Amino acid sequence: MHLKHLSAINFKSFRQVELELNPKINCFIGNNGQGKTNLLDAIYYLSMCKSAFNSSDRQVLRHGEQFFVIEGSYQRVSSNEDIYCGFKLDEGKIFRRNGKTYDRLADHIGFIPIVMVSPTDSALIDESGEERRKYMNGVISQYDRVYLDEVMRYNRLQAQRNSILKNHPHVSFSYDLLEAIDDQLVRYAQTIHAKRSSFVEQLIPIFMDYYNRVSGGEERVSIAYRSHLNDGDFKTMLRNNIQRDRTLQFTSIGIHRDDMVLSIDGYPIRREGSQGQQKTFLIALKLAQFEFLSRVSGIKPLLLLDDIFDKLDMDRVGFLINQVAHDGFGQIFITDTSKNRLDMILNRLNSGFRLFSIENSEVSIIAST
Amino acid sequence: MNVQSYPSKLLETAVEEFSKFPGIGRRSALRLVLHLLRQDIEDVDSFTRAITDLGHNVKYCRVCNNISDTDTCGICSSPHRDAGLICVVESIKEVMMIESTHQFNGLYHVLGGVISPMEGIGPADLSIEKLVDRVNQGGVREVIMALSATTEGDTTNFYIFKKLKDKPVLFSTLARGVAFGDELEFTDEVTLGRAILNRVKFDASIPG
Repeated sequence: MHLKHLSAINFKSFRQVELELNPKINCFIGNNGQGKTNLLDAIYYLSMCKSAFNSSDRQVLRHGEQFFVIEGSYQRVSSNEDIYCGFKLDEGKIFRRNGKTYDRLADHIGFIPIVMVSPTDSALIDESGEERRKYMNGVISQYDRVYLDEVMRYNRLQAQRNSILKNHPHVSFSYDLLEAIDDQLVRYAQTIHAKRSSFVEQLIPIFMDYYNRVSGGEERVSIAYRSHLNDGDFKTMLRNNIQRDRTLQFTSIGIHRDDMVLSIDGYPIRREGSQGQQKTFLIALKLAQFEFLSRVSGIKPLLLLDDIFDKLDMDRVGFLINQVAHDGFGQIFITDTSKNRLDMILNRLNSGFRLFSIENSEVSIIAST
Repeated sequence: MNVQSYPSKLLETAVEEFSKFPGIGRRSALRLVLHLLRQDIEDVDSFTRAITDLGHNVKYCRVCNNISDTDTCGICSSPHRDAGLICVVESIKEVMMIESTHQFNGLYHVLGGVISPMEGIGPADLSIEKLVDRVNQGGVREVIMALSATTEGDTTNFYIFKKLKDKPVLFSTLARGVAFGDELEFTDEVTLGRAILNRVKFDASIPG
């Protein structure tokens, strides 16, 4: 699968951009702040129906504008697919596939599988469990269309439950009411838990393999899925926790507190891992995600490598390039600030490519094979 | 348009009232008011009379809470309806929708909303106790829940189910699945997933 043609209007820093792309490698060179990441984000948006960096659609709208449009033409398996995304300030966003508007965005997510590797991935190690839940959600939602709906329903029920625990002034506390919510909460929690368990279980061997290949296998790394639901029957636990939850005025257990425990030689990678080990860990995690998605979807996802070579030593750059040059990968988008480094990378890749420069959100083509 | 630009206080008050309607902004309200001004005074009178009568004289059925001109609504008092079936709906709107299908010959129960603690709507704000009373009075064979397929609708289903589960009534809910006349290809996957899980026997699916 590959993106053949991309155009965008009023998306982030771009007034208007239109590109013909290479089916294998596309590189974007430019200094910081010229719009390289924004361009990758437009591609990400067309796959995931949201920005990789901004939670609100208003934030991706070019300053002072009322609408944005992103369009992509893909070659997917044997068919041409035109994906259109339009956003208007007062009307929100719509997605169309070949002219037909999607009823639900969740039906589109996963149609054009994608993996982005970027410097912000460090949040997976540094930040709270929410980042790691987002990672799980982002991957699982690409192959399981019902999953996002289940997570949204769970979150909604949990918010309703918290309103009861907070003693909403107009709603008197009642165990019957709490139980009516818990019955549903338990069903969604169990389904989501089963899906996350199965995902992490399948991801682990792929991840270990990548990590060992890049690190030489000197340290032992692991990922574990942590969830209250691992510890017993969720319904019983919820019931036993009611008094505590009433005191805290929120639901203290459930899949909204799930986490992935990332460790190295038995210790948390966040504390014990060196900078280099952490980077290797993150790259292995993202490549494993790529491999996993291609296995379940049967399609090679688009791979976006945003400014990642800058922070890596040449050994790791070399490894990554060898991986990427390997047949296992499909279309790749790379951004970098250094022309020399990109030239070196392209030399080693030995594949068809197209090289663009980005300056002040204007894209021009430098070289093409 | 700001408030000062109305040439008449009467006009402004009328616009103010119209703009209280859902989906009507000041601009639309002004359009409606100007339209009224162009009508004969008799027409305006009959318009306001209809509204005043509605406000003063409308009744809610004491059995099912449906809107009615009499103490008991036409549906509840009809000898031709099956009093053993009660269809529970959120509002009067759903009564009208189900009635227009001509597929249901039982009675209704209008809840007046669904449970949503976030918005301050608890079970006590809805006519749930009254429904339980109706069932307790006997003669009801089946309670059909016809609420929206949202988490709030489901919570309300669960809550009422708990209240009625020890009573000798069948508790059922609307079928959820592929819409009539829909091509499967264009059915969203959440619905299709549920439709597969809740599949029905073929002979039971044949209409008529």
